[in-house]
Amino acid sequence: MAVSHLECKECKAQYPLEALYVCERCFGPLEVAYDHARSQLDVGELRRRIQGGPQNIWRYADFLPLAGGPPGPSGRLASRVGLPAGCTPLIRADRLAARLGLREVWVKNDAANPTHSFKDRVVSVAVTRARELGYETIACASTGNLANSVAAHGAALGLDSYVFIPADLEEQKILATGVYGTKLVGVNGSYDDVNRLCTELCAERDWAFVNINLRPYYAEGSKTLAFEIAEQLGWELPDRCVVPIASGSLFTKIARGFEEWSELGLLQGSPSSGSTETRLPRMNGAQAEGCSPVASAFAAGHDVCRPVKPSTIAKSLAIGNPADGPYALDLARRTGGSVDAVSDEEIRAGIALLAQTTGIFTETAGGVTTAVLAKLAERGDIDPDERVVLVITGEGLKTLDAVRGTFETQTIEPTVEAFHAGVSSAVTV
Amino acid sequence: MTVVVKIPTQLRPVAGGEAEAEIDGATVQEVLDGLFERFEELRARISDDDGSLRRFVNVYLAGEDIRFLDGLATPVADGAELTILPAVAGG
Repeated sequence: MAVSHLECKECKAQYPLEALYVCERCFGPLEVAYDHARSQLDVGELRRRIQGGPQNIWRYADFLPLAGGPPGPSGRLASRVGLPAGCTPLIRADRLAARLGLREVWVKNDAANPTHSFKDRVVSVAVTRARELGYETIACASTGNLANSVAAHGAALGLDSYVFIPADLEEQKILATGVYGTKLVGVNGSYDDVNRLCTELCAERDWAFVNINLRPYYAEGSKTLAFEIAEQLGWELPDRCVVPIASGSLFTKIARGFEEWSELGLLQGSPSSGSTETRLPRMNGAQAEGCSPVASAFAAGHDVCRPVKPSTIAKSLAIGNPADGPYALDLARRTGGSVDAVSDEEIRAGIALLAQTTGIFTETAGGVTTAVLAKLAERGDIDPDERVVLVITGEGLKTLDAVRGTFETQTIEPTVEAFHAGVSSAVTV
Repeated sequence: MTVVVKIPTQLRPVAGGEAEAEIDGATVQEVLDGLFERFEELRARISDDDGSLRRFVNVYLAGEDIRFLDGLATPVADGAELTILPAVAGG
């Protein structure tokens, strides 16, 4: 196993692979460090091993922080244990590209995960590590999608679960959590209040809070989005990725995934093993105007984000105090990308644009991402020959309010005459 | 003004193992200074060289992030609760 230890992102202090997330010396975040023994790496053999792996994230077990390898009695059975995530479609979206004046746009549809969002990737990794560490109860602070995923993983693996959400979350997300039999706690407050409460509870409960004390492991799950994109593109990097930003963890870890594979020489055209030179796509972050602490800091040239009180229909992105904000800003700047924000109206238009050009119905967060892609294209930031990947993180059925009232249904009597009389022209969509 | 300061687990080893401390002060800054006087090692852990809070430290007064109030200059009421927490959580 290549996983080595936990390391502070700021002061580089090292810690054992336990349920730790904060550096005791400088309070910086801990992340997982690996030792891939580059000099002994056979790239062809590694690619073959990945391709021969299960059709889910455990095909990338060499790059994930599990001491015991992928879950299950053997690698072959791994795809049948728990609630396996990943291997979601990467779809070439020519009609969307044409609408935006671009030539090559791909949609990574992560709504095709077991609980219909990318959160299944991070929860799979966190929960598997939590079991290795002996935890029997899992928990989380959530804006909705994580709630669904933690509750479902608890049910699949027979673990107790506690899920904390803002009490005013979309009804669909509440229903799609409670159904799994979790202990669901609605908190009167914003996500940031929920997060603060859970950070306090984490200190007094012997629970695995997937996005707090298990956060270093959890965050690593997002790298699998990058691995899949690269593998699905034939071991190549895209030129640009457009990714939603809430805490900034997904955004930064997608880049980390590309970086790891580039450093190891796994990608076409990447430097030979042993070199430290890496390539990255341009990374564009997407936020809603009603909660845009990272986009505001980007526009103002700041290195850190000033927290905000969110007010947006994109509730899954409504984190006013983004933990990885400084790292997201740095990434956007050093890759020649940006962090942009769009209005609630643009978010609704983004949902419609994606649905009507690709057949993919995304939630509000995907509306944010699509609207930012449209904004970048309109602004002329994207060279028409670029290969662009749009990362769609969640399912439209979870945020139905966003599309209510945006089209009309014509109701008629069940006769041909009524059809001719009532539907003289095309139904407005 | 006496304030109850809640100390996160990660800092308790340099705070005599205490989970809370009662500190006098009229503002958040004064309370933190009082805390640092009692537990000198805490200062370097959560403050930068210029005296401001490190960027991965969040401080809450009665549950509200002090950045939504007057920051370190925020006045504190007698019996209020000041909570220090790591910023990197959630998402």
